[in-house]
Parts: sequence; C-alpha cells; structure tokens
Amino acid sequence: MSKNSEYLIERENKQYEVIIGLEVHAQVTSESKLFSQSSTKFGAEPNTQVSLVDAAFPGMLPVINEFCIEQAIKTGIGLKAKINKKSVFDRKNYFYADLPQGYQISQYKYPIVGEGKVILDMPNGQKEIGIERLHLEQDAGKSIHDIDPNNTLVDLNRSGVALMEIVSKPDLRSPDEVNVYIKKLRSIMRYLGTCDGNMEEGSLRADVNVSVRLKGETEFGTRCEIKNVNSIKYMQMAIISEANRQIDLLEEGKEIDQETRLFDTKRNETRSMRSKEDAHDYRYFPDPDLLPLEISQELIEKIKSDIPELPDEKKKRFIDKFNLSPYEATILVSDIETSNFFEEVIKNSDVKLTTNWITGELFAVLNEKNLEISQSPVSAKNLSKLINLIKDGTISGKIAKTVFEQMIDGDQDPLIIVKEKGLKQESDPKAIEELINKVIENNSDKVAEYKSGKDKLFGFFVGQAMKESKGKGNPQLINKILKEKLNG
Amino acid sequence: MSDITSQSLFELTSNIKEKKLSSGEITKAFIDRAEKSKKLNVYVTDNFEKAIDQSKKFDSNPNFDLKLPGIPIAVKDLFCTNGVRTTAGSKILNNFVPTYESTVTQNLWSQGAILLGKLNCDEFAMGSSNETSFFGNVQNPVGENLVPGGSSGGSSAAVAANLTPVTIGTDTGGSIRQPASFTGTVGLKPTYGSCSRYGIVAFASSLDQAGPMTKNVRDCSMLLEVISSFDQKDSTSIDYKRNSYSKELSKDIKGKKIGIPKEYRVDNMPDEIEQLWKNGISYAKDCGAEIIDISLPHTNYALPTYYIVAPAEASSNLARYDGVKYGFRSPGQNLIEMYEKTRSEGFGDEVKRRIMIGTYVLSSGYYDAYYLKAQKVRQLIKKDFDDAFSKVDAILTPSTPSSAFKIGEKTNDPVSMYLNDIFTVPINLAGLPGISIPAGKDKNNYPLGLQVIGKPFDEQNILNISYALEDKINFKNDISDWWLSE
Repeated sequence: MSKNSEYLIERENKQYEVIIGLEVHAQVTSESKLFSQSSTKFGAEPNTQVSLVDAAFPGMLPVINEFCIEQAIKTGIGLKAKINKKSVFDRKNYFYADLPQGYQISQYKYPIVGEGKVILDMPNGQKEIGIERLHLEQDAGKSIHDIDPNNTLVDLNRSGVALMEIVSKPDLRSPDEVNVYIKKLRSIMRYLGTCDGNMEEGSLRADVNVSVRLKGETEFGTRCEIKNVNSIKYMQMAIISEANRQIDLLEEGKEIDQETRLFDTKRNETRSMRSKEDAHDYRYFPDPDLLPLEISQELIEKIKSDIPELPDEKKKRFIDKFNLSPYEATILVSDIETSNFFEEVIKNSDVKLTTNWITGELFAVLNEKNLEISQSPVSAKNLSKLINLIKDGTISGKIAKTVFEQMIDGDQDPLIIVKEKGLKQESDPKAIEELINKVIENNSDKVAEYKSGKDKLFGFFVGQAMKESKGKGNPQLINKILKEKLNG
Repeated sequence: MSDITSQSLFELTSNIKEKKLSSGEITKAFIDRAEKSKKLNVYVTDNFEKAIDQSKKFDSNPNFDLKLPGIPIAVKDLFCTNGVRTTAGSKILNNFVPTYESTVTQNLWSQGAILLGKLNCDEFAMGSSNETSFFGNVQNPVGENLVPGGSSGGSSAAVAANLTPVTIGTDTGGSIRQPASFTGTVGLKPTYGSCSRYGIVAFASSLDQAGPMTKNVRDCSMLLEVISSFDQKDSTSIDYKRNSYSKELSKDIKGKKIGIPKEYRVDNMPDEIEQLWKNGISYAKDCGAEIIDISLPHTNYALPTYYIVAPAEASSNLARYDGVKYGFRSPGQNLIEMYEKTRSEGFGDEVKRRIMIGTYVLSSGYYDAYYLKAQKVRQLIKKDFDDAFSKVDAILTPSTPSSAFKIGEKTNDPVSMYLNDIFTVPINLAGLPGISIPAGKDKNNYPLGLQVIGKPFDEQNILNISYALEDKINFKNDISDWWLSE
C-alpha cells in the first residue's frame, strides 16, 4: 500500500499506527446445534428450541454434529488454511445464568483449522491478512435483563448453536481494512454456505483487539480487547475511539492496562469490563464426554472437491474472460448472489451492458428499497431481455430506463411493456428522414445559423428530432441522417 | 421352592417362564420384605405402587422371550428414570424428576424388568461407605452399624438383603466392586464404553461405568448381557460385538494364564486378605489355570492420579447444579449470591471437597503440575496393564484392603477412606473390566472379595474365571435378617 493511504492518528508532530486483530464469531449454517439435534432457526419463541442436552440436564451427553465439522473444514479450505487432522474439544469453565452446563465446549490447544489467509482488495491494491486459527465452539443462551424489573430471564434457544471463531493475526491497520476484512470473510462464508453472515441476527460478531504504537516502531503496544461488537460500523467506531483513548494515555505519559473493554454505542466510547488481574481462570481441559476429533484425508478431499469457485478466483475469471475492470469484478463478486445474478444475465446478454446495468440501475433500486439482490424486484431473466432489447436496437438506452422503472413493479416482462406502450425504437430510415425534414422545415432560421458556422446547434436538431419521434427515434440513425441533411 | 426373595435371578426367570411364579407374586414378595427392612435405609424413592401395576400388566400378557420377564429390579439412584425422582443422593437434586430414561435402565425395561425403586448411594457417587448421601447412611445387612461400602451402598445392601434380585450400580473408582466385596455379593465394572453413560448422573466422565451387582456370577452374566449396548447418544460408547455372556458362561478355564501382581501386596495389608488371595490362587490352580507372577510398576501412583483426574472432571460436571434450571435453589439478592447459597447448601462436604480439589488442579499455574501430569501417569498405568496382558489372560487381586468398617469410623479421615479404593482404582484408570466375587470372611465373619481383572472387552473371560472360582470357593453369606421389623 502506498504511504499516503496509511491510516495514522496525529498528535503534535507524532504519528500513531493502529494495530488491530479480530476474533470473529460466525454462526455455522446448520439445521441443528453443535452437540444436539435442536433447531437453530432464528426468532423462535423463547426456550422452544432447547433439548435436554442444551439445558444441561443430569446425565445428558454431547454428540458431535458432523455437518458442523464439515462446515468448519469447508471454511478452513476457503481461508486457504491448514486443516488439522486431529483436534480436541475442551471445556471452558465459568458460571453464568445463560450457560447451562457451567462450561462452554470449545477448542483451546488443538483447533480444527490452523493458519490461513484472506486477501483484501483495498483502493491502493491488495493486502493479505493472516488467519491464526479457526475453532468450533458452542454459543451460550441469552440473558434478558429488561423485561422483568426484578429478575433476569434466560432464553436458551441459542444455547449450543455452533460458532466458528476465526482469529486473525494482528495484521489490520485501519477501520477501512476492518470493514473490507469483515465483508470479505462474510463473502467467502456465504459463497461456501457455511455462515449466512447476518449481523442483525447476530450470526456474525467480533471481539476487537486494538493497540497503538508510534509510526516506525516495530514492537506491539499493550492491547485491549473490545468484546462482542455486532456491526461493522460499531467496530470502526470502537477502534477509532479506543485507539484515541490509548494514544491520549500515552501522550499523558501513562501506561495502557491490558484489559477487556466494552463499547458503549450511545456514548461512542469504550469502558473497562475487567482487568487482566480479574481475568477469568477458565480451567480449560479436554472434554471427557467427547473423543478427540479425527478427520480423514479422504473427508478433506471430498469437501475440497465440493468447494465452489470463491470470490478471488471468480474475480480473476471475470477479468480474464469478460474483460471486466478489477473494480467492476470486485463489485460483482463481493456477494455470491450478485455474481450468480450476473452470470445468469450474461448467459444470453452482452457482458458490458449487463455489468453497467447491474452496478448502475439495479444497485440503485436495491439501495433505495434496502433490498438484497436475492430479493431483486427484477429477475435475471427479465433484465437479460431488457438488455437484449437495447443491444438489438429495439429500444434506446434512454427508453430502457423508462421500461426498467416499470419492470420494478412486479417483475414485468420488458417485451410486453415495450409492445403495450409502443416504445419500440423507430429505426426505419424513411420515417426518420421524414421527421427530420419536418424539423428542418420548422426551424429554417436555425438551419441558416448552423450553416453559417454555429456547429453547436447540431445538438438542438437532435433534440428536436427526438422530441418529434416521441423519444423512440433511433439516436444513431437520427445523427446520421441529420448530418447528411445539414452538411449535404 | 425356596423363599422368593432369596432366589437368584436365574431361578426367578426360570420359575416365571415355567409359570411356577408370576411377576405379581415376585414383585409383591420383594415389596413386602422392603416394607420390613426400612432400617437398612436402602431406598431413597420407592416405586412400589407402579411396580405392582406393571407386574399385573406383565402377568396379563406375559412375554417369556424377554431376558428379564416381569422381574422387579431396584436401581442405584444415579440412573435417571422417567417420571421417578432421581437424586444422586444429593439435596441439590432432592426434587428432580427426569423426563427421560437412562439407556442402561431402558435396556432393563425393554427386556421386561420392572422398576422397584431407587437405591441410596453416596452423594454424586463420591464416597466408599454410603455415608455421604443426603438421605443418610445405609446399614450393611452383614452386621449392624457396618457400612455397605460405596458409592453403590444401597445397591449392595439391597442385593445382600434380598430386597432386589439383582441391581445395577456405577463404578468410577470401585463403587461397584468395593460394596460388593463388603456385602458378600458379586459386582462387575465393565470395560469403559461397554455400557452407555447416557442418562447417568455424571461424576467423572472418563471413568464412570455402569455395571451389574448380583448374588452370583451367573446372574451377573445375565444382567451384563442386558445392560451392555452400543449407544450413539454417548460418544464414548464403543461399537463392538458383545458376547451372549450367560450362554457362553463356562467353568472351563483350563490353561488360562492368571497374573498375580506383586505391587498389590501393600503395606499393612491384613493377613486374612493375604490368605484370601492365596486361597484364590490355589483354587485357580485347581481349575487348571496357570499362575504367573507379574508386575504393574505404577500401581502406587494410581490413587493419587485418580484423586486428581476424578475431582477435576467432577468439578466441571457438577457446575450445572447452579439453581438456575432445575433442582434445589436457595434465593439470593443477585446471581452470584444465589449460586453461592445454592451450592453451599445443596452439596455435602465430600462433594464440596472434591469440587475444590478439582478446581484447584485445573487452575492456571497448577494444570501442568497436576492434571496434565496425572494424565501422563494414567497412560503409564494403562501401559502396565497392556504389558501384563501380553503375558496373561486375566489378573487376580484382592478387591479391597479390608472388610467392611463401622459407620462413622472413617468419616473424619478422608485419606483412609480413599485408601479403600486402592485395588479398584487402577482398573478404572485403565478402562478395563473388573469383577469382585465373594471369596471368604475375616475374623469377624465379614465378607471379603477377590477381584478378577480382564483385557478390554474380555468380560466373558473374567466371568468364566469367576464362575469357576465361585464353584470352588462355595461362599455362603451368613445374614441373619437382624433388621427385619414386623
């Protein structure tokens, strides 16, 4: 990355660099929980998706959901990471009302996935972010403090749902990189179908580790961990606020305490949750109810063979095969639904026009209506038809926009709209010539001015001809015939 | 025909199949005797009314193809039983009624057995005398104010006192074999993974195994055949071909190589135990077995290893009893206070002691020195047995270093209490099958047991050796029914 794009925080002649590492908790896409058969569906009535295992009844035992294991392996492959053939589930012991077992089953010393990497497309080029590890663990339930004035209520629907904790190396250096990193992770997992990345439903949350150091320094500073931030915007706000807090301390000659902090979104500041001294002793030890997890090379190969084309590869293909710009390709591959939509349209339509229409008109509509592309009011099939109408000259680009506006309302077929509204482009040279003759007749004074050298007036004649055709005249043809008439 | 309650499981099933006895008659006989045996305090919860109904139901439509046709059975109160209170001997589960059934007990009911009730045990199976139970101590039918052993003390007493034809217990460090030895009965701890742990209140997950407790070896083989099964609900359950233990039961042990480990000659072992062992060896020889001296060099480390591993797992397993979801709760002003009060009042001293030991050995800074080291030693102990079993087919040892002691005698001396398990603990650490059979009596006429240890999954072999020895030993339990009331 070039120097001028570095994210640095300035203090009287000094420049501070911000070091960020993320622990992303991604909910595994799976019908049932990590160690029980209860449903994972979001939004059910409280405590309706709770098995005896999830509620930790006496004598209940965890049984690994193999699908979740496969999902973790798949994600590991997507992160170009090492899959560990032997991993171990440990118990992380602590008491809390929404943790029924009194321990969380997690992976401590031996995670299922080892080191990997994620490539970020930054405005100034690519940057590689190292992945330290990915491990599987159970989610806890939810404590609800604001319904009953005297009691905390507990909902165990989420208890036992499978999470992947993806730990990055401290390679991130700015809120922008964090934004791109989270989106890239999300994109990879959505391509793989291993996590839906839905932040509103809590499917993707992160603990953010932040430290600062003077520019040029090689040692890391003392870091603080900001727990459980659940949107990219809040992650960015928390990083900026925390980095500035740390820099202020350093500027005052004070030390930074290694601690766990919480981000207060209303006040836009982090506050201390517990110090290093108060850190829990989780007493990790291998869960004796579960045998070490052994994964065969065969299974890894089988999963590998099912891995779809991922964003980086797809981007390369789009550039090589369709001659898209890196910028266009990045946008189109960022979300699997978008790239699928794109590829669906270009099956029968022009690539360049399709790119422009998706990134232009379609994205504008989706943004305006706050819709995902999977909810697009215009289907790939009908967008393809519209683009073909432009390409074969049936309608102009301008008319196409009018047609598109109508298509939005219930995914209407553009062929029918063009036919019913009579929007078909006039491409008969005779008809065009006729209406141009009319324009010339009605504007003899302007014709004289034009002929005396006022070239700029050409646009005026085009406009008049277009108006005369009620917008349906083929613009190329109008241009051509006008030139012949006026210059001839 | 002898008195119904003194019959073995084999006799009772034969009599039912031959229609000499009905399930109703048998069930009633055991209930009648239980009503007169309250002094023994074997029952935490009885299921008598339902048992009578079920026995009538069986008799109205009997299925004699089942392995336990209409046989009433009481079980240790560590097995979760659907609709019947399950306490694990603890105040903290005093009011807990499961909505599910443990796999092992389900196996009993699927073969026609009928639940008589839930038997007293040490709290969360932590104890060697049944004195840690919230529901009070159990009397050993062998003699008044004598402990029945533990933790399956209610179970051993119930079998010895003819209050159930057979029973099932659980064994984490000797909790089946030691009480069997103290009461002159037979108790088998199967190979780890043989019986499902699903629905058994957990003590130490890597050591816990359910097993049969019976009057004789044949009954033991019949019951093991029913309760041992592969279960997908327990990830440590092992899928292997189980024998038809009772069908394949044989006294022919000619040529079997039986190892005698020198390390089991512990200091201060009473002479009568030494003599018992010698007798066992000579009986084995009489049966045509070959006696081979072996060494299990890490035996001395077994007890300390056990008292790190078992409490460590227990401290975590018992974290779920927090007053939030089920069981006993003592209210507090906030969550932490509620936890503290609930667990302080809900658990007894021995359980608290082990939770504290377990929490300590897992703490950061101590984990490597205790837990990790104990796991390494555990591997060495296991390897001792692997090496020994390359030379022998089974190992013969005493079951316990002493006979039953008086109630209250050791309650203030946990270490001396823990020493009771010195011969049984290594077998759990190694995951092996072991059986205790009554083999003689001490000077007080209290029973003493011998232990036969087998290779993994080789229950048939130790059953056969025990069957042959049982025949030679010809042990007779001398129980006077001193506790009976009218």
